[in-house]
Amino acid sequence: MEYFLELLLSGLIRGSIYALIALGYTMVYGIIELINFAHGEIYMISAFIALIFASVLNAYGLNSLATFAIASSLAIVYAAAYGFTLEKLAYKPLRNAPRLSPLISAIGLSIVLQNYVMLAQTSSFVPFPNLIPDFAFLNSISHILFPSEFLILVITTIVMIILTIVIKYTKIGKAMRAVAQDRMMAMLLGININYIISVTFIIGSCLAAIGGVLIASHIGQINFFIGFIAGIKAFTAAVLGGIGNIPGAVLGSIILGCTESFATGYVSSDYEDVFAFAILVLLLIFRPEGILGKKRDQKV
Amino acid sequence: MKNTILSLILVCFVSVGAFAKSDVITIGVPGSYSGDLASYGIPTKQAVELVVNKVNKSGGLLGKKIVMLPEDEMCKPELATNAAMKLTPMVNFIIGHTCSGATKAALEHYKDAHIITISPSATNTDLTVSGDYPNFFRTIAHDDAQAMLQVTFAINHLKAKKIAIIHDKGDYGKGAATLAKNHIEKNGQATVVLFEGITPGAVDYSAIVQKIKKVNPDVVIWGGYHPEAAKIVALMKKKKIMAAFIGADGLKDETFIKTAQKNAEGVYASGPRDVSQRALTIQAKKELKDTFGVEPGAFFLEGYSATLAIINAVKKAGSTDYDKVKKALTTTTVDTPIGDIRFNAKGDVIGAGFSMYQVKDGKFVEVK
Repeated sequence: MEYFLELLLSGLIRGSIYALIALGYTMVYGIIELINFAHGEIYMISAFIALIFASVLNAYGLNSLATFAIASSLAIVYAAAYGFTLEKLAYKPLRNAPRLSPLISAIGLSIVLQNYVMLAQTSSFVPFPNLIPDFAFLNSISHILFPSEFLILVITTIVMIILTIVIKYTKIGKAMRAVAQDRMMAMLLGININYIISVTFIIGSCLAAIGGVLIASHIGQINFFIGFIAGIKAFTAAVLGGIGNIPGAVLGSIILGCTESFATGYVSSDYEDVFAFAILVLLLIFRPEGILGKKRDQKV
Repeated sequence: MKNTILSLILVCFVSVGAFAKSDVITIGVPGSYSGDLASYGIPTKQAVELVVNKVNKSGGLLGKKIVMLPEDEMCKPELATNAAMKLTPMVNFIIGHTCSGATKAALEHYKDAHIITISPSATNTDLTVSGDYPNFFRTIAHDDAQAMLQVTFAINHLKAKKIAIIHDKGDYGKGAATLAKNHIEKNGQATVVLFEGITPGAVDYSAIVQKIKKVNPDVVIWGGYHPEAAKIVALMKKKKIMAAFIGADGLKDETFIKTAQKNAEGVYASGPRDVSQRALTIQAKKELKDTFGVEPGAFFLEGYSATLAIINAVKKAGSTDYDKVKKALTTTTVDTPIGDIRFNAKGDVIGAGFSMYQVKDGKFVEVK
């Protein structure tokens, strides 16, 4: 029983890690129906930025909590700038092109960013400092739940709730949904769609940055390629939960994480990915829109 | 083809000029000197030439001059057989061949003719371990040596009874893990309680670490590279798993210590012994540079060492007699670039090859 609970917990943690990245994917897709393959790269870049600032701040002898706060804030600002710029450079000119074009553009961006970081930084793994302080109230269970894991669980939940509220109940959220439903009509009604899309990318990139800092502190090492693998899994999770749906992304991530964890625990870790993707295929056969995804009528 | 014919013609001329066995000591050096695998054979030829010239200059061996007879076989077993048939009647010793397949094909001939053969580069495990070739020695560790070292270290030194093997599913990692598993099963004093592959680059390994905790092994053997190992080691420390962690040369990298930081302390890793600081290594490299003007290629040091070993054995034995030289090879230790070496009864080198290291205070320290 204890073994089961431990596996469940590690599944939840893995799921929350996926969710942090999947939230950004699903949000951008929900608004402009673009699979932003460069999202994983934003995640990777923000981890590098946090690392650079953390090293600088460490050299000035700041304590770990302040370092964590400042480094992650700066990483979020940088990621937002990246997200904004990338959209203007790579997606905006293709907004009226066939749907495949921005997708190819996204894949191209992803490759460019990876290689840029590889050349500017290094191709080998670099250690990421443990920025997350020990929480005193976790001491009694620290052998099953580390501070970083606790923080990932908590922040994923908070981010999910805030995002849902923003999209459902605020003015900008309403505008986002309007753009998602019918871009032309939204424009006719006086919504500045360029502004809305920029905001979407900025929020999505901020989410990636939060994920980047937390996950990198949890894993303890980063290199230029981490965005790719994490991105693929997070994308899978977003599709599983119903792409475009925010609670769906979290649910899909947790299902994916738990499936992998139990597959490793009770069968063999050799088949972890087999189980994960078998679940995805099965679900998509019976529910092509994902667990929480809404059936959309085809626009003609 | 043209090359082959040319070399055959050349060989004929050499054979015509062959020396009677008793006036000189002849060493055949068959190997891969042309074709796409030439880079594996040429450094050995250079090494033998350097040592032989040096010995001849200082009066020869047992008062006789040493003559070397190179023979190109391009790593092809059929050409190696031809080379062996040609060399057998005229040589006392063989240093070669380059590749395992060619070595195996040629060895039958040398075995029947009682010619001691030392290869600097044939790593196929069976060549020595099977015991089929009592005349065969080598100055390089065989393919299986690292796995064998890990397993004997775990069982004899760490007294392990339960061993978990984790690998990264790659060619290198899974290959090494499978060899280790076979050795544990053959040894019989310990059992493999877990044999599983993980996905490199995954965001989290807590599930597999949980599983390691459940089977509670004495030792975890890791087949793979250092990034994943660093993550697993960190998680094992956090979950208070006390099992020793043994990796191979894919883990023995300074980056591992940098990424795993204090979690790296106490981790074991096998790896090739570092010989770059040995006096003879430095000297051999200098001789090569002065004579041929090149940097050492693959198996240069092994070839150099093989030549030194055979010369030393002949000196110790006082003759070129098969049994006496063979005994000298297995009993006397000789100082060579790759280490102070001798050979075990099967023909594998002792004192070179792989060593076990442990991380202590942020450095890999050799475990004696």
